[in-house]
Amino acid sequence: MTITKAPTLPAAMAGDRFAPILAGLSRWRVPLSLLALCVLPWVLPSQALAVNVLIYGLVAVGYNLLFGYTGLLSFGHATFFGAGAYTTGMAISHFGANWFVAMVAGVFIAGLLALVMGALAIRTRGIYFAMVTLALSQLVYYTALQASSWTGGENGLRGFTVSQLDFPGFSVNLLDPVEKYYAIMVVVALALWFVSRILNSPFGAVIEAIRENETRARACGYNVERTKLVAFVLSGLLCGLAGTLSAMHLAIVPLDSLHYHTSGLMVMMTLLGGAGTFFGPFVGALAFLSMEDVFSLWTSHWQIIVGSIFIIFVLYLPRGIWGTLMALGRRP
Amino acid sequence: MTVGLIAMQLFSGLALGAILIMVALGLSIIFGMLGIVNFAHGALFMVGAYAGLYVASLTGSFWWGLLLAPLLIGAFGMLIERFLIRPLYGRSPDDPLLLTFGLGYVLVEAVRILFGTEGIPFSTPAELRGVVNLGFGVFPIYRLFVVGVVVAVLVLLWVGLEKTKFGLIVRAGAADPTIMRVLGVDIDRLWLVIFGIGVAITALGGVLAAPMRNINPEMGTLVLAEAFVVTVIGGMGSLGGAVVAGLLVGVAISMTSLFAPEMATIVMFALMAVILLVRPNGLYGRALPGQ
Repeated sequence: MTITKAPTLPAAMAGDRFAPILAGLSRWRVPLSLLALCVLPWVLPSQALAVNVLIYGLVAVGYNLLFGYTGLLSFGHATFFGAGAYTTGMAISHFGANWFVAMVAGVFIAGLLALVMGALAIRTRGIYFAMVTLALSQLVYYTALQASSWTGGENGLRGFTVSQLDFPGFSVNLLDPVEKYYAIMVVVALALWFVSRILNSPFGAVIEAIRENETRARACGYNVERTKLVAFVLSGLLCGLAGTLSAMHLAIVPLDSLHYHTSGLMVMMTLLGGAGTFFGPFVGALAFLSMEDVFSLWTSHWQIIVGSIFIIFVLYLPRGIWGTLMALGRRP
Repeated sequence: MTVGLIAMQLFSGLALGAILIMVALGLSIIFGMLGIVNFAHGALFMVGAYAGLYVASLTGSFWWGLLLAPLLIGAFGMLIERFLIRPLYGRSPDDPLLLTFGLGYVLVEAVRILFGTEGIPFSTPAELRGVVNLGFGVFPIYRLFVVGVVVAVLVLLWVGLEKTKFGLIVRAGAADPTIMRVLGVDIDRLWLVIFGIGVAITALGGVLAAPMRNINPEMGTLVLAEAFVVTVIGGMGSLGGAVVAGLLVGVAISMTSLFAPEMATIVMFALMAVILLVRPNGLYGRALPGQ
């Protein structure tokens, strides 16, 4: 297996007019994402919305690695988001850990849980996968609810406010919303660069091969089970990272972060934006959270509108917003 | 710890298992025949409970609620199949799953709009209140009634599927829809009816569970997880598997609440994990295509 050069979009596939644009988008996807994230707080109506787009965008990026690129539909990813958040919170409040250690611990525990859940869920195929991941994540949810002396139970975990991140030579004041946004953005940008490298690597090609035709990938000699498991763990690690960021941002971990609804949120954001595309998850997170922002001003029952829009997307636009735009651009 | 107490708890586990069978049955029928995992299953269970409550409060009788709610929600299920799920046949099996997930989201919010976000108490009908002495202990009459209804539904389903011409067509349609279409069977109408029956059974489960559980718009989430655990343990699409798995999980929960009450909510998921390690296709599951 040799390391191939970053695949750019084949010009023949793309329409004449849009070919250079699409190729440029693909080639410069990480710097372009970074640029968009840099201006985000200044174009959105509120700073709070911008931070949420960052965190949920990262969650959706992690989820997309499994659902969009590997083709595995998980309904249990709240576990990794919640595990990252709870571990960070507990490390600081129960053990007085330093913020950096707490974050690393959060990502590590999320990855460990992903390894266990992934190993169990991958024993099953197809439609079973969604059911098993959902049931196993409910197991984690009820465990957290029972272990209230550790997790705070229904009230959520509180009491671990981090107000300042100290680095050698400088420090970041988390009480300032702008500094906090850009501190979180740096972590998200590193994660995006990491995901882009994964997708460009031979491993990225193998997971897409498994999505397209599992039998054929197996016949080509790839270890399908192990590849799926690695994709599952990578995806869990990214969701865990987003969870630790969420804990640092909110200074509270609600029990809901482990709930089925959080898993559903990831599914909706990824599909709305465009599963299996690099920019899709962030577009989806932005679209979903903006809709929540706008519709919740009109009615407390905004979920009925968002749910209906999701149904329409499944029926008529299964490629999502970004995926549909790309497909239009590629049409000769 | 007496033998009597354990026998009592065992029996209560069987009664709990009967309810779990009811919870999983609709999901299992729709999957077994149509190959669709209905993620709106929990929400439809909840909608069934509310419909039962609504009809019972209109007519003043629990029995009308028990009879009419499944029919109404079953008809609603047929509309769902006709207009939302039918366009997805032939696409990825994930698509109906995603669609029904979105539908569940919408249904929960619709019920919040119509009935409010607070839970509503649903009292046991007067005829079925009280307890009865079974020799080794006292037992609530309502639970015995639920066990009776579940047994009746299972017998009806078994007779319907195994002994009638309609059942023969249904089983053949599940095995090979293309051949059935060639033979002149209207598969579209068959699937419409089966989806309606599956949803009606789910709604019946909702009405039956209403006096034992707190009715609220969020009750469907736990129901969905329970139904998944039972079908995964029993094997997807196997009705016999659902029965065995439902009883197994029921007994496991009631035994755990006797010996380690804090583990009672967790034990069924742990049981599922163990079964997956030993038998990935469930106790009675057939290997899925590609295995």
